[in-house]
Amino acid sequence: MALWFVLAVNSITLGGLLFLLSAGFSLIFGLMRIPNLTHGSFFMLGAYLATSLIAHGFGFWPAAVVAGLLVAAFGGLVERFILRRLAGAELAQVLVTLGLSFMIADVCLMVWTGDPIRIDTPPGLRGATAIGGLGFPTYRLAVSVVAVVFAAALWALLDRTRLGAMIRAGVDDAPMARVVGIHVSRLFTVVFCLGAWLAAFAGVIGGPILSVYPGLDGEMLPLALVVVILGGSGSLLGSLVGSFVVGFLYNFGQAMFPELAYVVLFLPMLLVLVVRPQGLFGRPAV
Amino acid sequence: MRRVALAAALAVLATLPLWLTSTYYVNITSQILFYAIFALAINVLAGYAGLVSLGHAGLFGIAGYAAAKILTGGHAHAAGIAGALAITLVASAAFAVLALRGTGLGFVMITVALGQIVWGVAYRWISLTNGDNGINISGRPSPLGLSLATPAGFYWATLVVFLLAVASMWVFVGSPFGASVRGTRDQARRMNALGYHVWMIRFLAFLFSGFWSGVAGVLYLYYNQFVSPQAVALTASAEALLMVIAGGTGTLLGPIVGAGLVVVVKNVASAYIERWNFVLGAIFVAIVVFMPEGLVPGFLRLVRRS
Repeated sequence: MALWFVLAVNSITLGGLLFLLSAGFSLIFGLMRIPNLTHGSFFMLGAYLATSLIAHGFGFWPAAVVAGLLVAAFGGLVERFILRRLAGAELAQVLVTLGLSFMIADVCLMVWTGDPIRIDTPPGLRGATAIGGLGFPTYRLAVSVVAVVFAAALWALLDRTRLGAMIRAGVDDAPMARVVGIHVSRLFTVVFCLGAWLAAFAGVIGGPILSVYPGLDGEMLPLALVVVILGGSGSLLGSLVGSFVVGFLYNFGQAMFPELAYVVLFLPMLLVLVVRPQGLFGRPAV
Repeated sequence: MRRVALAAALAVLATLPLWLTSTYYVNITSQILFYAIFALAINVLAGYAGLVSLGHAGLFGIAGYAAAKILTGGHAHAAGIAGALAITLVASAAFAVLALRGTGLGFVMITVALGQIVWGVAYRWISLTNGDNGINISGRPSPLGLSLATPAGFYWATLVVFLLAVASMWVFVGSPFGASVRGTRDQARRMNALGYHVWMIRFLAFLFSGFWSGVAGVLYLYYNQFVSPQAVALTASAEALLMVIAGGTGTLLGPIVGAGLVVVVKNVASAYIERWNFVLGAIFVAIVVFMPEGLVPGFLRLVRRS
């Protein structure tokens, strides 16, 4: 029984991390029509940068925020100087993001070596918290809470602010949004930076659980892809539901079929593709 | 003029091991040939059907793993090759049914995910695939009494298969089927209105592409006598796609030139620098940004202008 609880908590934690990763991925895909294949690299790069920042005396949370900002700035440069040059050529944009992800992975290997680096759990969140007689790892609970807070904040941003309304308009119909005077290309930069920030931040707060190692980018990217194919692109609710589905499948799959956990993960994606290709919460393509 | 160039190229390729005494270079040419087959296979989809796959290393690897499993099970080479190709065709059909639920970017994303499933099986399902350690096979076949154990023997066999692949591509491009595949790329709706079964045309193109990917995968296995998850990684799919794009999509010569370029750069670069992945990524970015149509069409344009 206790095992199931631990698994459930782990699933929720992974779901929360995946939500932070895939919300940005989904927004970028929804708005810019680019499956950003550097998204896993942003996650890994954020975590690596944080290890260096922490080594230079930063606290955990400031390091997470600053690493996120550095990666967001990098993402902004990529969007502004490379992706924009290729506007309209969607395939070229995908291939550029793929090429960049190889370059980032190699630079990380060069700078931070091939050994896994563990980010220490921030003080105050170590140990376990007892809820209803069961002990839960405090840090994992905290990650879940952070994910929920970000989900609420993102929802408020998209649903309640002027910027959010403009982003939604761009996702629905970019040419029409341009006609009514929305600077869609400026939105591209904003959304790309936001997505990069979220991915890097997720990488840092995932550090105490997952560690950082070469190949982490390649492991996280397919998870984000599955979440978006499951939930539907450009839909925040879709990312949220998809993330938790994937989080649960991954942890329970690993416990029950250790050799096939990675495959179990993709089964609901295949099912959704066959039954509802636009994703659970996506709208059908026009 | 073209016939002379073609005859000269054939003569050079056919006699290569006779005057190129270094086995190192003969081996590199063999690599170029089987990667060219793989690139031509991807080109059927990426170039002519307008469907860019980032999961083809999965099919390439399924063929390699299937042949390795059958051979280590104690069966003959003929059974290994035939079985591997049959399994690859079935896998291609499954890939196609799923990936063709989307077109354009949807297709790209689904093929990435499918490729990762194959990678996950190769890497984690240790009782089947021996995980990260891969599978070794011993010995290459000797068709018609010609042993492929030497670099030259293997080279000639690969060359024959390569020429068959090029010939089949040439027939494909000129055939009504090839024309209808290009039609679904350029004007899918009109093709549909004209009464063509767009889905079926794409499906058959996918099978054709999958078959030659499988052939390349089997040659890869025999060349290395080893297959590991590295062969099915996303990097491998991207490398093969880079060959197609670097050379020029939708041309016959482009993928062959691209395969040559990537294999040579990879071997030369890895002899001098450790950072092959960085170079690969940088070439990718540079070609897409500065020469999006690829080297062969770009070069032809320069020649025509002068």
